[in-house]
Amino acid sequence: MATTATPVAVPGTDTTRPPSPKAGFNLGRAFAWLFMILVILVSLFPFYWMLRTALSSNNALYAGSDSLLPVQTSGGGFARVFGLQTGQEAIDAGGAGQPISFWHYLANSVIVSTLITAGQVFFSAMAAYAFARLQWRHREKVFAFFLAGLMIPAIFTLLPNFVLIKELGLVDTLLGIALPTMLMTPFAVFFLRQFFLGISREVEEAALVEGASKVRVFFRLILPMSTAPLATLSILTYITAWNEYFWPLMVSYTDRSRVLTVALGVFKSQTPQTGPDWSGLMAATLVAALPMLILFFFFAKRIVNSIGFSGIK
Amino acid sequence: MAISTTTPTTPASATTGPPRAKRRDDTRLAMLFIAPALIGFLVFMVWPTLRGIYLSFTKFNLLTPAEFNGLDNYVRMVQDPVFWNALRVTVLYVVINIGLQTVLALAIAVMMQRLTKRTWLRGVILTPYLVSNVVAALVFLWILDYQLGVGNRVLELIGVDRIAFLADSAWVIPTVAVINVWRHVGYTALLIFAGLQTIPESMYEAGRIDGASEFAMFRRITVPLLRPILALVLIITVVGSFQVFDTVAVTTRGGPVDSSRVLQYYIYDMAFGRFQFGYASAMSVALLVVLVVITFVQYRLTRAESSDLA
Repeated sequence: MATTATPVAVPGTDTTRPPSPKAGFNLGRAFAWLFMILVILVSLFPFYWMLRTALSSNNALYAGSDSLLPVQTSGGGFARVFGLQTGQEAIDAGGAGQPISFWHYLANSVIVSTLITAGQVFFSAMAAYAFARLQWRHREKVFAFFLAGLMIPAIFTLLPNFVLIKELGLVDTLLGIALPTMLMTPFAVFFLRQFFLGISREVEEAALVEGASKVRVFFRLILPMSTAPLATLSILTYITAWNEYFWPLMVSYTDRSRVLTVALGVFKSQTPQTGPDWSGLMAATLVAALPMLILFFFFAKRIVNSIGFSGIK
Repeated sequence: MAISTTTPTTPASATTGPPRAKRRDDTRLAMLFIAPALIGFLVFMVWPTLRGIYLSFTKFNLLTPAEFNGLDNYVRMVQDPVFWNALRVTVLYVVINIGLQTVLALAIAVMMQRLTKRTWLRGVILTPYLVSNVVAALVFLWILDYQLGVGNRVLELIGVDRIAFLADSAWVIPTVAVINVWRHVGYTALLIFAGLQTIPESMYEAGRIDGASEFAMFRRITVPLLRPILALVLIITVVGSFQVFDTVAVTTRGGPVDSSRVLQYYIYDMAFGRFQFGYASAMSVALLVVLVVITFVQYRLTRAESSDLA
């Protein structure tokens, strides 16, 4: 290690050094910033383009394909997506004319994602507590068994799970979409167990000595002390559930259980092949994406900092 | 489970109990606490895994009970040119997707490390990851549209011929791969960025004192010390990449002809388009085997368990 050889080992210098450690490296830094700006532009441009197209009229998109601003600004795309345009109006504006109401799909997505998040986080927390703090035989073996579940690619279980959901009579229901991930994921159990293991035992022991039951300790002590990891896990689970496509595509057949991702696919396949309803499609994608972008706006710091290896190692 | 019946303690030692609460055995309570998760695990992970393997040896159309037919599905699979094509297309996709994504993510992570560690920048980089694959697919379907897409307008402006990105059999897989790089590169970059934080800053300071260039430090310090984390990232992303489905299902439905018929889409089509669940399950098992083998080989090759930092 070279720390000892550092000539500027004055205690203060290490911490109070917000500007770049090497100011004489300008050309390289300029290129690096150029690269980063390009990355930022590429990351964000498609979002702007969704908005720009959603606010344009289909009929004007061809002539106005060079315009960076909306062409013939109109809220027609959004009106179609929320079923506010009648059939003929929609066809005239370049839409498919089928009745479509994204309010309904939005509600379905909210219900499914909420069911999955609430169930998965709560039940995983209970299991994680049992693995971290309760004393019982075969605990480590059962936990290793759970961990082995991390090795199974989710995609392999989908087909047989569909057969099961069908046997349970839950095809085309919101519960059928939520159920397989509502009770646990190995990752959630593992993630929370890691955190529970780190909680100091002293407070817990004190409560137990005072006569509190372990159930009470879990609800009144462990859960309140774990709001940060529980919140992080909940947000990540919600986003994952919201964006899921393959599984809901299998389970839902009709509007009754269609979530936003599946509805987007249906909307796309219904749009006229010769001249797709781009304005309506982009309005629909925006409706599907916006809730997660808003969520991200409020919890960006938590989400960004949660990505790392603390949970996997 | 049978554990609760073999509890060594007396029946009276239930959970609510005498003031002296320091019992060493919580078997009953533990059973109660893990019951929902254990049921979920057994019913929706273990059982489907076993059942998926079983179904691969049957003829099953979902309406009548599955009939055991031995290795028929596997024999058919080996002789099915569409299956081999799907495997080839999937591997091509993974190579382009992972190759591009890893290089870009590494570059982004290293530059963030050297330029600024501000949260807003990481937030912006991660934004595409917040939307679903379906949204990403539709936006790029529009941006890359042959007639009206702004992407093709840009190509025209710089004097390149228009490209039918998602309708041309040579372009479709690279295009799908790039769309998914757009969505996932930020996440991968943040994983690598997290790994970079484990490298002591003192190493770079020592390098600077020795007069090493940024590139030399990247090669001599960053890469070797990051290797175990890169290996882990590769295993996660490669396994995920093999499961590509959403983008293809929304944009091309496997076309033109079979040029984007990736394995997972072929499996879906076989099960839900033609109701041949047995054959679809056999192909799922093949995919599972491929993923397990890749994980294992990659783990060994990159020596994920050893770090030079030790």
